Amino acid sequence: MFEIFGIPSQALFGQLLLGLINGSFYALLSLGLAVIFGMLNIINFTHGAQYMMGAFVAWFLLQHFGLGYWWSLVIVPIVVGFTGVVVERLFLQRLYKLDHLYGLLLTFGLALIIQGVFRNYFGSSGLPYQMPQSLTGGQNLGFMFLPNYRVWVIVFSLTICLTTWFVIERTRLGANLRAATENPTLVRAFGINVPRMITLTYGFGVGLAALAGVMAAPIYNVNPLMGADLIIVVFAVVVIGGMGSIMGAIVTGFTLGIVEGLTKVFFPEASNTVIFVIMAIVLLIRPAGLFGRTA
Amino acid sequence: MKTTSLMAFAAAMLLSTAAHAQISDGVIKIGVMNDMSGTYADLAGPGSVLAARMAVEDFGAAAKGLKVEILGADHQNKPDIGSNVVRTWIDVDKVDVIVDVPTSSVALAVNEIVREKNKVFLISGAAASNLTGDKCSPNTVHWTYDTWALANGTGNAIVKTGGDSWFFLTADYAFGHALERDTEAVVLKNGGKVVGKVRHPFPGTDFSSFLLQAQTSKAKIIGLANAGADTTNAIKQASEFGIVAGGQNLAGLLVFLTDVHSLGLKTAQGLIFTEAWYWDMNDTNRAFAAKFSAANKGVHPSMVHAGVYSAVTHYLKAVADLKSDADGKAVVAKMKATPTDDKLMGKGEIRADGRKIHPMYLFEVKKPEESKKPWDYYKLRATIPADQAFRPLAEGKCPLVTN
Repeated sequence: MFEIFGIPSQALFGQLLLGLINGSFYALLSLGLAVIFGMLNIINFTHGAQYMMGAFVAWFLLQHFGLGYWWSLVIVPIVVGFTGVVVERLFLQRLYKLDHLYGLLLTFGLALIIQGVFRNYFGSSGLPYQMPQSLTGGQNLGFMFLPNYRVWVIVFSLTICLTTWFVIERTRLGANLRAATENPTLVRAFGINVPRMITLTYGFGVGLAALAGVMAAPIYNVNPLMGADLIIVVFAVVVIGGMGSIMGAIVTGFTLGIVEGLTKVFFPEASNTVIFVIMAIVLLIRPAGLFGRTA
Repeated sequence: MKTTSLMAFAAAMLLSTAAHAQISDGVIKIGVMNDMSGTYADLAGPGSVLAARMAVEDFGAAAKGLKVEILGADHQNKPDIGSNVVRTWIDVDKVDVIVDVPTSSVALAVNEIVREKNKVFLISGAAASNLTGDKCSPNTVHWTYDTWALANGTGNAIVKTGGDSWFFLTADYAFGHALERDTEAVVLKNGGKVVGKVRHPFPGTDFSSFLLQAQTSKAKIIGLANAGADTTNAIKQASEFGIVAGGQNLAGLLVFLTDVHSLGLKTAQGLIFTEAWYWDMNDTNRAFAAKFSAANKGVHPSMVHAGVYSAVTHYLKAVADLKSDADGKAVVAKMKATPTDDKLMGKGEIRADGRKIHPMYLFEVKKPEESKKPWDYYKLRATIPADQAFRPLAEGKCPLVTN
């Protein structure tokens, strides 16, 4: 085995793979954010809390209804997405005409309230959630032990990301949606119910966050702050990719996962900071982000 | 002449009342500060305020004519926030004693402020053994446990049963560093070796990359020098990555009851660690736990809560004896002079360096089928007698002892 900068290559391959897996979480979460920002112009700070709700609802389904992981993958995004629809109808739709800042403040406040309520009922140290039996175990790749669950995460997340991109960028539905954000009045003239479409888009973005929450439940500690810890990084990912750019969010999510993974090998203490350093550099050179279109 | 002496007499009277200031402002103010909302909120948090309140009730402060008030605050695990709260508490709210303060970086900052203001600092939640070592203070008592005691209890037990090569996964702040340092010393002393270490940002979420480094190191034991959600995340992911199945073992160096609860016995079973107190050890503890959990959403008390109870009890005893809480150093001196004795932590003493001395216990987490009731998680592996549980006085390099 050869070495790269004093690190055995096999360890490096392992880290690259792990980076890719973490990247798939970033991609899934930033995808939801990008969809919401791109279509609604709302900076959804509640996203972390909605991701956390996803994990909690999965726990709740298992605990009280005996519905396991696979059921959760289907039910949870719908349930949490529905709460998103309620939030959009009650609050967000009043803010579209105002500055971005209002949406940001509202969703940030909501996130604090949701986290506070969950903490009040479930405490802060978290709840146990077992991995589905069929995904336990793993493969010995020679250079590392790869748990089956992580393979599943990467495949599933990639599928969801690409499907979402395809629907929004390449189908008629997506075209209507994009047109509706560009010029709602005109699109309405074609007989399309724009407000309902916007509401459902928000619900969909929230559902994506909840889906990431279900996928995180078996491997991360399910606690009310799990989203708060992650959301800042995810925002950095979105900013680097370019606010509202869907492909940008996906590509940047995976890339930054890898960059962070490598940092964990060469300079672990900086692994929390590296993404923000990149963000600062990108903002200096390309203020609209790597994939963003300058207005 | 006559008026002058009268004036002098009056002044002397005033001075003497000032010297016997009884209870400052007529009320003993206890400030419980900890992480009320973050990763350490269940093992300390509002439960510590509750424990302090129970201590005040059980002490019968009101019947003894003492007026006690308890305040709570959230330091969010940030030394700057913690320092601000404590300064405001002491300067504006006239708080007399600061209690609990988990997160060693915050505790170290508070330690200096309390010394400067001559108040009292009773530490239950924080772990760094520096608090009774190079940073010891005549105003501070370190009550429940410390990194040396954890390292000594868990480290010894593991090295002696064959776990002689270690890899550390360390939270990158004062506490993690102290725990790693103290455990490394124990490992080396017993003839073991440390093959590697990695410092992760606090708080972290994904430990898989660090675990992989630990795996490639081929160390027999992976020592988790972290706490709270960091520890539970690392344990959860270690089981996913087949670390234990691959022949390596985990040593959770600081694990609390609430962490085991959040992991579930299926994942946590077999873990070995050191604690100062467990609710299911005797009837008194069980009675306390029943009352505590009834007021705390069913969450059972951790050793940090028991430590707060015990510390506040002893503090009130000292203040009642002195009939004054004004001079922090005098109160702590009185606390050191009086042997400790309370229903939860039993008989003990406080050493010159501020270290509270009591037995420590080595616990193992039960298998799911061994657990008979809710929160029935530990079985006792060994008791570490009080005289061996903590760092010997001479080794701490505490200036209070050497001078």
